[in-house]
Amino acid sequence: MTISQPDAGGHFGPYGGRYVPEVLMSPIEELEQAYQQAAQDAQFQTELDALLASYAGRPTPLYYCRRLSEQIGGAQIYLKREDLLHTGAHKINNCLGQALLARRMGKKRIVAETGAGQHGVATATVCALFGIECVVYMGEEDMRRQRLNVFRMRLLGATVVPVTSGSRTLKDAISEAMRDWVTNVAGTYYLLGSALGAHPYPLMVRQFQRVIGREARQQVREQAGRLPDTAFACVGGGSNAIGLFYDFLGDEAVKLVGIEAGGRSLEPGQHAARFAGGLPGVLQGALSYVLQNGDGQISLTHSVSAGLDYAMIGPEHAWLHDGGRAEYVSISDSEALQAARLLSRVEGIIPALESAHAVAEAIRRAPAATGQIFLVNLSGRGDKDIDIYRENLKDLDDPDTNQPAL
Amino acid sequence: MTPTRISRLFEDCRRQRRGALIAYITAGDPAPARTPELVKALVRGGADLIELGVPFSDPVADGPVIQRATARALAAGASLRGVLEMARQIRQASPVPMVLFSYLNPVLRYGLEALARDARESGIDGCLLTDLSVEEADPYVGALHGHGLDSIFLAAPTSSERRRKLVAKYSTGFVYLVSRTGVTGERDSLSDSVAPLIESMRAVTPLPLAVGFGISRPEHLAALRGIADGVVVGSAFVRLIENNTDDPRLAEKLEALARELKAGLEAPGA
Repeated sequence: MTISQPDAGGHFGPYGGRYVPEVLMSPIEELEQAYQQAAQDAQFQTELDALLASYAGRPTPLYYCRRLSEQIGGAQIYLKREDLLHTGAHKINNCLGQALLARRMGKKRIVAETGAGQHGVATATVCALFGIECVVYMGEEDMRRQRLNVFRMRLLGATVVPVTSGSRTLKDAISEAMRDWVTNVAGTYYLLGSALGAHPYPLMVRQFQRVIGREARQQVREQAGRLPDTAFACVGGGSNAIGLFYDFLGDEAVKLVGIEAGGRSLEPGQHAARFAGGLPGVLQGALSYVLQNGDGQISLTHSVSAGLDYAMIGPEHAWLHDGGRAEYVSISDSEALQAARLLSRVEGIIPALESAHAVAEAIRRAPAATGQIFLVNLSGRGDKDIDIYRENLKDLDDPDTNQPAL
Repeated sequence: MTPTRISRLFEDCRRQRRGALIAYITAGDPAPARTPELVKALVRGGADLIELGVPFSDPVADGPVIQRATARALAAGASLRGVLEMARQIRQASPVPMVLFSYLNPVLRYGLEALARDARESGIDGCLLTDLSVEEADPYVGALHGHGLDSIFLAAPTSSERRRKLVAKYSTGFVYLVSRTGVTGERDSLSDSVAPLIESMRAVTPLPLAVGFGISRPEHLAALRGIADGVVVGSAFVRLIENNTDDPRLAEKLEALARELKAGLEAPGA
């Protein structure tokens, strides 16, 4: 499939490329070479497939939300259940692939960044599995928001390093992981968790995540008898979205919708919707849409969901956006919270806050889409977000009201 | 290209058989109004070339000292436009060669062509863009050279021979050799990778070679005397500024540190 391929320099149209200090250029060239060799190696793919099946739990089910669809009326909503994977999110797909690659390259130490903690947990998990030292950088603010995941990483043997610079969130964690990599470049592998950064990361991460769309495409044809009308996925950096979208790119009738974090409002600093105010720019290795001020300083962002709280979107999404192949919209904090609540109540599925953004957009469009099939990537489960749900859904947390009947 | 202030400086240094002291400071730290005065102090102390660091919100290549300076400068309202204004003021008072040292994004937002034109008008002599790889550099180098500015690129101990040749091809004025892997910041000792890096770079370019990253003490400079054409000191100056922000004698102290470091370059070789 050559529908959306980067050129030799990793460019998707004008986006992507390689914008890193010279110290990292030769190591990135080595990484690209090792990745290209691994991608051609049937044994590598066989080993990865075996781990995805026996360790991560693939294939994940496609689930038809009968009660949710009936309650809203309109489209039939299907969920791709990445939340059922080991470690609770799609992140493990990429981590298994890259950890196999790191081992193949002889690296003894892996560094990673994490926002919500899902990628950090998945990285700590694969490092435990392969016996590789693991250091995870995490913004102090995110450590506060995601305490449970911090503990999980430590339980898995990883060192979690708090990042106190900047906004103390994902962006700053990536900078700190890059600083570690640039310092310890000889023996260290940087396991980037999203479809971001310098080439070959956006390509490599997409290739490790496209299993989501490949499975879902086949499953929806088997269960619904045809392709979906619209596929939905939330977009932070954009790895679960590109993983879902990629195998549908050639199906022109399938609409692809990426959902960004609308935060509190679309005022600057209150959201992380890069296509609502962002401009092309260079951050952390790639050229893509980034939220920034008129002087080219990167803006602070906000989302109730740590995994979407990032100023830049992956370069392939910028390309799909400009070409019109995918559409990008935003969902606010409160819409995401309400969608999570509804999905929990009528289907018994508590989604990750990130994924709740995708569910919310499907719910919003469903009433006007009778007879249509909606495919939503439920990229992660909500266990990690219980504290945030408690803070924001206070009526459920009041001892005097809403007591379950005994 | 006609000789620039930078190429003339290195020719002078070569004739005088001495190395150039290159001083980096984060422009706008602690406040934009103070940068011209601090640069003049560095020049009085013997700095031969000034690198004006353009503050950027996400300085991935910098260690804690310059990260904090960047945060102070941004909090004080510094911007690329403001840095050019500082350069203009410095240029009115001094012929010292000046290089803009910036991450790419502020330059992209300013506009490449506009920046090259305005930088030249402000008295800037060259640009080094930290996160611009030579692979992406064609339009930038074209714009800089079109306005008579030097394009300076980094070479690192990790750079392959193919990459060193590319860096040499795209660089004018001088090549900036990163002495070690890692971020900016003072270190106790000079990296062992410096001498081999200088040697391997000499093999592919006649351009002057300046060494930076981790260099902060007179003995580091003395060790590079006769080997490198220039030595860059950054974090040591920036830290002095940080520790003496409110001291009325800050400029004097900066001048004294520059003089002390310069003495390392001028001391008889060991």
